[in-house]
Amino acid sequence: MPLNILAIDDSRTMRDMLKFALSDAGFDVTLAEDGQKGLDALDGYTPDVIITDINMPVLDGFGLIEGVRKMPGLRAVPILVLTTESSQELKQRARQAGATGWIVKPFDKVKLVNAIHKVAA
Amino acid sequence: MDSMETIKQTFFQECEDLLQDLESGLILMNDGESDDETINSVFRAVHSIKGGAGAFELTELVKFAHIFENTLDEIRSDRLEASKEVLKVLLQSSDTLTDLFEAARDDVEFDDTERADELRAALQGFIGDKPEEASDDGGMPAMSMDDMGFEPVILDFDFGDDVDVAPDAIVFDIVFTPNATMYAHGNEAVRLLSNLAELGDANITCDRSTLPAFDDIDPEGAYLSWSIELETEKTEDDIREIFDFVEDDCELQITQRGGAPEGGPEDGLPDEDSAETPDIAIETTSEAPAMDNNEAVSAAPVEVASVEIEVKAEEKEQPKAEAPAKPEKKAEKKAAAPVQAATIRINLERVDRLINLVGELVINQAMLTECVVEAGLSRDSAVSSGLDEFKQLTREIQESVMAIRAQPVQSLFQRMSRVVRKAAQATDKSVRLVLEGEFTEVDKTIVEKLADPLTHMIRNAVDHGVETPEKRLENGKPEEGIVTLSAAHRSGKIVIEVSDDGAGVNRERVKQIAIDKGLIPEDAPLSDSEIDNLLFMPGFSTAENVTTLSGRGVGMDVVKRAIQSLGGRVTISSEPGKGSVFTISLPLTLAILDGMLVHAAGQTLVIPLTAIVETLIPKPGDIHHMGPDGRVLNIRGTFVPMIDVGYELGFRDSPTHSERSVVLSVETDGGTQSALLVDAIQDQRQVVIKSLEDNYGHVPSIAAATILGDGRIALILDVDNLVSSAGDSRASFDPTLVAAE
Amino acid sequence: MTETLHSDESELVAFVVGNQEYCVDIMKVREIRGWTPATALPDAPDYVQGVINLRGSVLPIVDLAKRLDMETTEPSERHVIIISQIRDQVVGLLVDSVSDILTVSNETIQPTPDVASEVAQSFVGGVLALEDGRMISLIALDRILPNFSTDTEVEVAA
Repeated sequence: MPLNILAIDDSRTMRDMLKFALSDAGFDVTLAEDGQKGLDALDGYTPDVIITDINMPVLDGFGLIEGVRKMPGLRAVPILVLTTESSQELKQRARQAGATGWIVKPFDKVKLVNAIHKVAA
Repeated sequence: MDSMETIKQTFFQECEDLLQDLESGLILMNDGESDDETINSVFRAVHSIKGGAGAFELTELVKFAHIFENTLDEIRSDRLEASKEVLKVLLQSSDTLTDLFEAARDDVEFDDTERADELRAALQGFIGDKPEEASDDGGMPAMSMDDMGFEPVILDFDFGDDVDVAPDAIVFDIVFTPNATMYAHGNEAVRLLSNLAELGDANITCDRSTLPAFDDIDPEGAYLSWSIELETEKTEDDIREIFDFVEDDCELQITQRGGAPEGGPEDGLPDEDSAETPDIAIETTSEAPAMDNNEAVSAAPVEVASVEIEVKAEEKEQPKAEAPAKPEKKAEKKAAAPVQAATIRINLERVDRLINLVGELVINQAMLTECVVEAGLSRDSAVSSGLDEFKQLTREIQESVMAIRAQPVQSLFQRMSRVVRKAAQATDKSVRLVLEGEFTEVDKTIVEKLADPLTHMIRNAVDHGVETPEKRLENGKPEEGIVTLSAAHRSGKIVIEVSDDGAGVNRERVKQIAIDKGLIPEDAPLSDSEIDNLLFMPGFSTAENVTTLSGRGVGMDVVKRAIQSLGGRVTISSEPGKGSVFTISLPLTLAILDGMLVHAAGQTLVIPLTAIVETLIPKPGDIHHMGPDGRVLNIRGTFVPMIDVGYELGFRDSPTHSERSVVLSVETDGGTQSALLVDAIQDQRQVVIKSLEDNYGHVPSIAAATILGDGRIALILDVDNLVSSAGDSRASFDPTLVAAE
Repeated sequence: MTETLHSDESELVAFVVGNQEYCVDIMKVREIRGWTPATALPDAPDYVQGVINLRGSVLPIVDLAKRLDMETTEPSERHVIIISQIRDQVVGLLVDSVSDILTVSNETIQPTPDVASEVAQSFVGGVLALEDGRMISLIALDRILPNFSTDTEVEVAA
């Protein structure tokens, strides 16, 4: 069974890249374009890993993570944060919100897949 | 195209949108009409551009976006005030970012690094020196990602499986005690341990001494701790890397055995620790089974926890009625989100195919109408009235399909504010662009093709229209000049106006230049409007000294040609001291045209209705001969040059002198009147425009072709072109003809 | 066509122009249709009969006889238009009739002999001698059309 990944990013480019890199690595990918759409996508769907951007309109990455962590079945789903900033502050905020780990953009496929394997079987 | 290339194209497309968001956001901020979301969206735009640019290694773009983003972040976090001064630099930075993007997209060298450096320095000045930028100032040829504050992530997992512990392998003793938060964040000990085991030869011991009795287990608690003896060639950093995500969620001790005491002060060797807690020890010699074993054993508590979580969660949340409250909250949030009409992206080819099909439908309907007429059915027969409805429906479908291609001119207009800023800067003028009607929708192709002519006109308005600040003050005008760009639908056409509040056309000078360049005879008695229209003549350029701005070898004649090729026209009106207005009028769509079907020398031709002023049957006495071929028609006292369409197009060898000829009075650019002589008028109808260029090429005096009801092709006349070429062939420009009253 | 074509073979459509036989590569032929009246174009070269409507697109008709320096064709119902793809344009070739569809080995295509008129020669890419004694000239389609757009571009600029 391929791993199911929910990837959330407001940038079309980034979504395309994620889709391409993740599908190529053999994952099943679902995409959403902001935090709210990400939460909506989780209605009746439990991914193995969630990858999310931080800066997004409507509902940002922090909001998404907090939202996910409040969903009964999804408290333990690994959530990786995509970020160009590697600042400790941002990581800290993401972690406080409940993020599992982070991927620093620009990411390459290896980096992405490794990060996923770090948090999911 | 390979996938990365496709994604790159997507990125470029997205960049265009983002740059627009950026600019319009900055303009809102500049006008003091922004809110928190404005600065956020501006920040996001630059952020996304940087992210994508990084992925495609567009380093120049990344470099600039980075400092830009940092500045915006400062504003976003209220550490920097978005003063006018700051915004000015931000707007200029947005322009340079656009230039950088365009260079990257077109794969050309960015030619204004000086300006980019200047702006970067200015931005840097706003946010003060940050250490991460320090190494950036040196102008390193190749920028390393470290300079950007990016963290290189080096992961090499392939090692684990087939590693032979090399002689220089080091043994680390690791004690790993997760906190409850680690599980709450979605990390699992098992996975971390198995990742660790992949680094080398691992001996993992689980300490369950703190595990309470089953009933006392808090599903969200953390009770286990592990000791790992790891023999590996990797460094401590590699080990820490595995625990990267959880460093704040666990206690981690790493000691290098026998080596330098890197770890903290340790009381005893981990061997002794494990001897104290020998409850369950999983001894492993090879990695693969270690993973399995680990999973088998340690999966137990984890699994219990996850099941419990669900049960408990309900127990906990139900009484507080949090669960039912949640959907409401979600709904609220949804409602709060900006209402946006749902959109889909469609491949343009599909739309065009649909448009073509609808075009066929229009032709088909015309054919049917002809059949009905031929069959001699009366106007009020059921077939005829059914056909009328059909016609109406066809027209509606056509309009709806055209609407798919329509897009607001907003994006085009917004790009112009950048043109104004640049032009103003280059000429040391102070100019503000005012946009009106930017939500007017125009066919996509027209919008695209308008970019160049509009850019040129805007540049002209700033360069030649608006006066210098000193001169403006002298003339009692505000220092800041205003260029207005407006769009509107006006009687079935799109009208775009570029106006300025500058000095107006300097007619004396314009006329002198035209005389000097031999474009008009010295004694030509030209009306004001005729002088203004000289600007559109090929070979005319008002700039006495070629400025860096407009002097790109492009004159207004090129603008005029570009507009004409879109089936439109451009006119100018000017008032000395008050400014000039350039008016572009364009068809709503490039696909259909309202035309008059006429016959000339056995050919059926279509004359665009927009050009026609009136139709009349000339009385022989009204026609006056001038020279060998020349004829003028007296229309209510004005002598208008006559053009025999059939002769002019070469469909007949000599001009017709038939008394049954019909005249279409047409108006060309600048309001010049001509009388087109044709044999007969058939009717007036909407025709579908078909390109001649696709399979053939441009035909002089012909704008395009259309397909008639009988399936034959009729040519659509390019009236302006016909009139000017007829004028050329008749003689050199003789303004007396027009001016005569 | 049930037979498969070998890589060293070409399939050709042969037709009659004047009283000579010519052919074009079948891969370049979109369809063959009867004559329909063309709409004349102003300022067109004499070998361009005009334009016709082919299912919604406008395409020029080249009078091949005139192009090959023969008499201008007076088209009638009997005449045939070979719709061909030339570069990225679709063009109708007006010919007298279609005579044959041939499969020939590429070796049988020989260089154009010098006897032909200069104009004709420039449009012929080679000749085929068939076993029955017929000689067919292979039209080099790319050279049939002047580059209309470029031509007129020059005119506009002038």
